Amino acid sequence: MKSLADLKKIRDAAQKKVTMRGKNDGTRVLVGMATCGISAGARPVMNKFVELITEKNLDTVTVTPVGCIGECSIEPIVEVLVGEQRTTYCRVDEKVAERIFTEHIIGGKVVEDNIIGKFRL
Amino acid sequence: MFERSHVLICSGSNCISRGSKSLRNEFEEHLSNLGIREEIKLVNTGCVGLCEQGPFVIVYPEGVFYAQVKNKDIKTICEEHLYKGRIVEKLVFDEALSDKKEVKAFDEIKFYSKQTRVALRNCGLINPDDIEEYIAKEGYHGLGKVLTTMTPQEVIDEMLKSGLRGRGGGGFPTGRKWDFALKNESDQKYVICNADEGDPGAFMDRALLEGDPHSILEGLMIAGYAIGADKGYIYVRIEYPTAIEKLKTAISQATNLGLLGKNIFDTGFNFDIELRLGAGAFVCGEETALIASIEGGRGMSRNKPPFPAAKGLWGKPTIINNVETLANIPAILHMGADWFARIGVEGNRGTKVFSLGGNIKNAGLVEVPLGTTLREVVYEIGGGIPGNRALKAVQTGGPSGGAIPEHLMDLPIEYETLVQAGSMMGSGGMVVIDENNCMVDICRFYLDFTCEESCGKCTPCREGTKKMLEMLEIISSGEGTLEDIDRLEELAKMVKNSSLCGLGQAAPNPILSMLEHFRPEFESHVVEKVCPGGVCKPLIKLVVTDTCIGCTKCATNCPVDCIEGSLKEMHKIDTSKCIKCGVCKNICPVEAIVSV
Ligand SMILES: Cc1cc2nc3c(=O)[nH]c(=O)nc-3n(C[C@H](O)[C@H](O)[C@H](O)COP(=O)(O)O)c2cc1C
Repeated sequence: MKSLADLKKIRDAAQKKVTMRGKNDGTRVLVGMATCGISAGARPVMNKFVELITEKNLDTVTVTPVGCIGECSIEPIVEVLVGEQRTTYCRVDEKVAERIFTEHIIGGKVVEDNIIGKFRL
Repeated sequence: MFERSHVLICSGSNCISRGSKSLRNEFEEHLSNLGIREEIKLVNTGCVGLCEQGPFVIVYPEGVFYAQVKNKDIKTICEEHLYKGRIVEKLVFDEALSDKKEVKAFDEIKFYSKQTRVALRNCGLINPDDIEEYIAKEGYHGLGKVLTTMTPQEVIDEMLKSGLRGRGGGGFPTGRKWDFALKNESDQKYVICNADEGDPGAFMDRALLEGDPHSILEGLMIAGYAIGADKGYIYVRIEYPTAIEKLKTAISQATNLGLLGKNIFDTGFNFDIELRLGAGAFVCGEETALIASIEGGRGMSRNKPPFPAAKGLWGKPTIINNVETLANIPAILHMGADWFARIGVEGNRGTKVFSLGGNIKNAGLVEVPLGTTLREVVYEIGGGIPGNRALKAVQTGGPSGGAIPEHLMDLPIEYETLVQAGSMMGSGGMVVIDENNCMVDICRFYLDFTCEESCGKCTPCREGTKKMLEMLEIISSGEGTLEDIDRLEELAKMVKNSSLCGLGQAAPNPILSMLEHFRPEFESHVVEKVCPGGVCKPLIKLVVTDTCIGCTKCATNCPVDCIEGSLKEMHKIDTSKCIKCGVCKNICPVEAIVSV
């Protein structure tokens, strides 16, 4: 250990390891993974998100499987939470997941084509 | 690979003894079966504190707090929660779910919301075997700041300003102790971490060593720099194998990163740490006996002065600090003395960790700001006494402390207030005593311990503890007289005033404090020949009351077959044959058996 800067470098790299434990203020991606969601293909969708996050090395985004919200006919459902703002996407497949990731999570713009309003009001 | 979920498995000694060791393997197996092993990070952490409810598994990012987890539950947690995202409500710690069944954050759980975690800041949150996780939590930043920007005197001034006092029992201001050692010039000085933790029922230091070993190393190094020592020892009892293992790993990781060894932070500061294993003797926690033990001699105390800060290990200036004291130090230097001094009250700054035990619902480790009242600790954090029995007293300071009676529960926890109440802070044992305990019996327990642990060097302690124990045995057997109680008190005062070291000086404290607050209880043992707590065997009789439902459980389980009665009829104990083992009383489903 030669300097404080060395130590800070280790710290910054290591913080990714622990940011998840504690209060999470970053973006949260919730994937509906009840039986209905899984049978509609939610698993590869979640994998896609995980893969993209790894690729971009984003430590402020979490992906969590969640239970059924009762809209089984329009699964897979993915919710994106940025601060107080909640966006619910329906019929998400891997392609849509990729769009949500680039356009919404990184770009900050909601992917209008798949929001729940298109399917239900 | 981005790990979407972190699963923290409490692997403190208490949870291990409740079976947490095999949980990790179960997770490995079931996660692999589901094909999601790589997405989930498994972390073995130190103690999370609420030991009574262990073993714990905490799942992030949601922060779900699973309690009393068993091997067979892991499959469900993997399949339901980690795979399908359905929280397994029946396994969640009761108080960790809101009325609306929503997951509460850690600090919203009542047990934690009243606590302030400074010493325990990382315990249960990081993997103690991974130095990077410690660094991620700003670890070694205090040391870095100290070495690169502060002189030893500035470090000491900062410590003085923080108001930190020794957490090993005495409460001596840490900065002042360091100042003496800095001013005593010598070619060689030493710093020692006292990890002997001899108080029966205390496990604060063990939890810190197991859960956050790097904070102890960092604290010790800062102490070394402040007084001009390049060598540190950690004296830890061999009965703490997990702690020893974590310390060894931590030392080798810190050495590999160049945080221990030569020319640390390129400042010319060198520091090495060596472990010394003690055989587990209470007296070896006393600093002069500890030094004798490290030097290879028999663990016996000597007269002070000279104090270790002048003449300590191998005759050189030495400071000895307790584990918890050291765990506070990196935080103080990193966050600043002003930050620390805002916690607690005037003269008693910062927090204190207690091992809450005895008759209490949420037994475990709690850390509260000094100045918190005993009542808050017992009722708000500890959850009160099981079965709503009446609180009788709280014993602080273990075998060296005393019992603080119920009517003083609103006393703020401070070094001085506890002494005024006839007890002391001690190292942090806190035992809750209720109406079903007997004060004579508790004194007997502590004296049995101190008598056994006396090193034998000085007569008052060697003979006095033995004699006091004998007198307590006579009183508890109902053979004593009122004069015996007076003589016990007289002897206790004498031993307190004339013993060589803290062991003998404090050994009479339980007796003196209990006589002060609970004298009538002693008297009823010798006058009415009654043990009000229903504990002292020679004085009690077990009887079946008419709430008996005739289930025959007591009769079947009695080891000496002294209970008679047929199904659905009231049973009867033959007191001439009864050995008062209490098996029947504990097994009775309707509490029909009482001791009178
Ligand atoms: C009989 C006896 C046992 C002690 N046991 C311990 C112990 O287990 N751990 C400890 O830190 N201090 C123990 N002490 C107190 C130490 O002598 C010493 O005061 C302390 O380690 C100083 O550290 P501190 O200033 O950080 O509290 C004991 C003292 C006596 C008299």
